[in-house]
Amino acid sequence: MINVSGVCKTFYSRHKVEALVDVSLQVEKGEVVVICGPSGSGKSTLLRCLNHLETIDRGEIVIDTIQLTDARTNINKVRAEVGMVFQSFNLFAHLTVQENVSIAQIKVRKRSRSDSHKITMQLLEKVGIPEKAKSYPSQLSGGQQQRVAIARALAMQPKIMLFDEPTSALDPEMIGEVLDVMKTLAREGMTMCCVSHEMGFAREVADRIIFMDEGRIVEIGTPDQLFNEPKEERTKAFLAQIL
Amino acid sequence: METLKDLFHNERFRRTLSWIALFVILIGLIAGTVITTNNVDYIWRWEQIPRYIFFKENIEVTVEEDATVTAVENEGTDTYIEVINFLDEEQYYKVPSNMLSVKVGDEIERGQVLAEGKRWRPGLLLTGLVMTLEISVLSIILGILIGLITGLARLSSSPAPKWLAIGYIELIRGTPLLVQIYIFYFFIGQVFRLSSFMAGVLALSFFAGAYIAEIIRAGIQSIHKGQMEAARSLGMNYPQAMQYIILPQAFKRILPPLAGQFISLIKDSSLVGVIALVELTRAGREIGTSTFNYFEVFFTVAALYLILTFSLSMIVQYLERRFAASD
Repeated sequence: MINVSGVCKTFYSRHKVEALVDVSLQVEKGEVVVICGPSGSGKSTLLRCLNHLETIDRGEIVIDTIQLTDARTNINKVRAEVGMVFQSFNLFAHLTVQENVSIAQIKVRKRSRSDSHKITMQLLEKVGIPEKAKSYPSQLSGGQQQRVAIARALAMQPKIMLFDEPTSALDPEMIGEVLDVMKTLAREGMTMCCVSHEMGFAREVADRIIFMDEGRIVEIGTPDQLFNEPKEERTKAFLAQIL
Repeated sequence: METLKDLFHNERFRRTLSWIALFVILIGLIAGTVITTNNVDYIWRWEQIPRYIFFKENIEVTVEEDATVTAVENEGTDTYIEVINFLDEEQYYKVPSNMLSVKVGDEIERGQVLAEGKRWRPGLLLTGLVMTLEISVLSIILGILIGLITGLARLSSSPAPKWLAIGYIELIRGTPLLVQIYIFYFFIGQVFRLSSFMAGVLALSFFAGAYIAEIIRAGIQSIHKGQMEAARSLGMNYPQAMQYIILPQAFKRILPPLAGQFISLIKDSSLVGVIALVELTRAGREIGTSTFNYFEVFFTVAALYLILTFSLSMIVQYLERRFAASD
């Protein structure tokens, strides 16, 4: 489903920052992968490369048999198949919850208003806030906003969902409601890549955990392997800090 | 018991004092104006002003030769009168229907009246006001279009549109509007055979466009970049994301500075009087030169501008309240 090979990415701001160094990774259909690592380790950059929000300097990314780096690829088509949920929600502030979820269905998927309305309400039901359909994002709590953001991504019926630290900006009591929605998705067989520090969540639903540091993948393993017998020193040090 | 110091710390007392001060200042200003004009020996003739807004026109249509009325035909609010003179030559007169005073078969002498009456006509100040309004509305619409295109070009990552936009903005902002109006009238107007109206409107549009472009650019840049990323991650292309996500939010934010720009434009339109467009200010000057009632005329002109700009402010405030729903 996702095939990343030899990807390199360097940022040149004030300093030269090697965000990704020769990263290779395969994710199968229906697999749930959690990416963790210290801040600045390149995990968010890797995720953003997967739907071309960042361009890569070298290497190859193939999403569902489509070459992302090929100049002929219609990137908007690929993005419509890859849902993304952001740390800061990024709901459209001028639209109601219902419009947030339906706008891309209407403008990109070209669904009729009534079809999109039906799907929107189903999804809001699924994430547990159908009663907020007419509210604006600023009237919702962080947890509710993030659930709307998930519904918005799901409305495109994507084949893959990317989560970029979806619970990091939330108050502790709201993390659970967002993780519950993600767990449901995982059980339904959605292919998911999550950058997350929620180790409880990772242990429960992840098929594999990827540990990254300094732009490199340090270790990949099942939750059991990684939590109980990590091979690398850096993994041990990181886990010791967060567990 | 309250001492004077306590009284002065009382919020209500201080507010009352402030109102009294405002009142005294206003009275002083009015008194000052009256006294100074008395000193220059000026005769106020406010009664002269209304006729420059509306006046009653006397209409009197007379025949040039002895003739017989052969036909009277209504067409809308006008009536056409056909007469035949003693040489059997036909002549036609057009008169307002409600003032007609002859009928078919009447024999009329030279100089006799076919129609007479009075009707209201807009005065010079009113036609000037309408001209100012037309110029301003057209320039605002064109200015928004130019500003939007330039603003988006300014943000483009490719060098050609970006540097063209920067060049245009710097050129316009770095030269006086009056000079631009002359250039549009004498040079561009000559080359492209533009009327002075078109030249004036275009000069004002390109002038406002440069400032609006900067306002729009700032508005777009003020929208969090996560909004664009979210829109793109849903598969929207750049124009869609701009149209449905970024611009609506930016527009709400730039409404106050945009309104200021529109008000400036209405006032700047007073400069196109120099290219023979009789807008409000030019109308005022023309009335002034013939009546010497400069004081009354320009106070009236100022008041008319104020009506335009204040109405615009009210409209924008109404829009701002409406858009505040999602805050």
